[in-house]
Amino acid sequence: MRLTCPLCGERDRREFYYYGAEDFLRRPEAEAPLADWDNYLHLRDNPAGVTRDLWYHEAGCSQWLLVTRNTVTHEISGVELVAERKA
Amino acid sequence: MPELIAKSALEGQTVTLGTVTLAEVDVGPITSIAVFPGGAKAVAKGLKVLGLAMPEPNGFAEKKGARIVWMGRDQAFLTGVAALALEGAAVTDQSDGWTVLAVTGTGAVDALARLVPLDLRLLVFPVGRAVRTQANHMNVVILRSGDYAFEIMVFRSMARTAWHEIDTAMQMLAARAGTKF
Repeated sequence: MRLTCPLCGERDRREFYYYGAEDFLRRPEAEAPLADWDNYLHLRDNPAGVTRDLWYHEAGCSQWLLVTRNTVTHEISGVELVAERKA
Repeated sequence: MPELIAKSALEGQTVTLGTVTLAEVDVGPITSIAVFPGGAKAVAKGLKVLGLAMPEPNGFAEKKGARIVWMGRDQAFLTGVAALALEGAAVTDQSDGWTVLAVTGTGAVDALARLVPLDLRLLVFPVGRAVRTQANHMNVVILRSGDYAFEIMVFRSMARTAWHEIDTAMQMLAARAGTKF
């Protein structure tokens, strides 16, 4: 598996650290209902198909990456910088 | 405070095996430049004094003994010259945190190929490129300083490990080529 880091270019899987679903980017407000927090912390989809998750380029540019990939075909259709994404 | 004597991690040692030479090199002061959001213009102006600019990703540039190396998003290392005061960036001295190894010779690329998960052949990794990657499990910065020359920056704490890894790769390569040593 190889990821194309927007800064470093195409790199081997071993340079990256997997964090989890992109849900971690949508942190609820401090005053949000408990259900929202429960959802944020614990509830995850397990899609057969396109999924988006967070990877850390720890052996490269040290940037967080938002990777769009397909769990069925293993196609990686997008890699973007979390720091420069449009909310 | 008295003037202290700076010592390098590997005391400038050198080894040559077959077609590859490994040596510790002194690149002078190393200064990190981390650009604040919105600080790019001020930094560009400040670096102009040296005839340099913030490097493109995966690249480095040199001018009159000063070198600027891409180290990440909005971050670069300035080496070879004294730190300069810059508006718009966090400027920190990193000199004693790093060790720089030079791997030179026609076989250098083959020795590094045993450790680095990147294609370092001249065709795809020309002079002027600088990448952050791994050598085995060590984080390193690899600079293509010449057709047959690389410079490898490692954390000073990893200097001996890096030396050992590269030296071992060189020995394997030399053994394959039938070099007697």
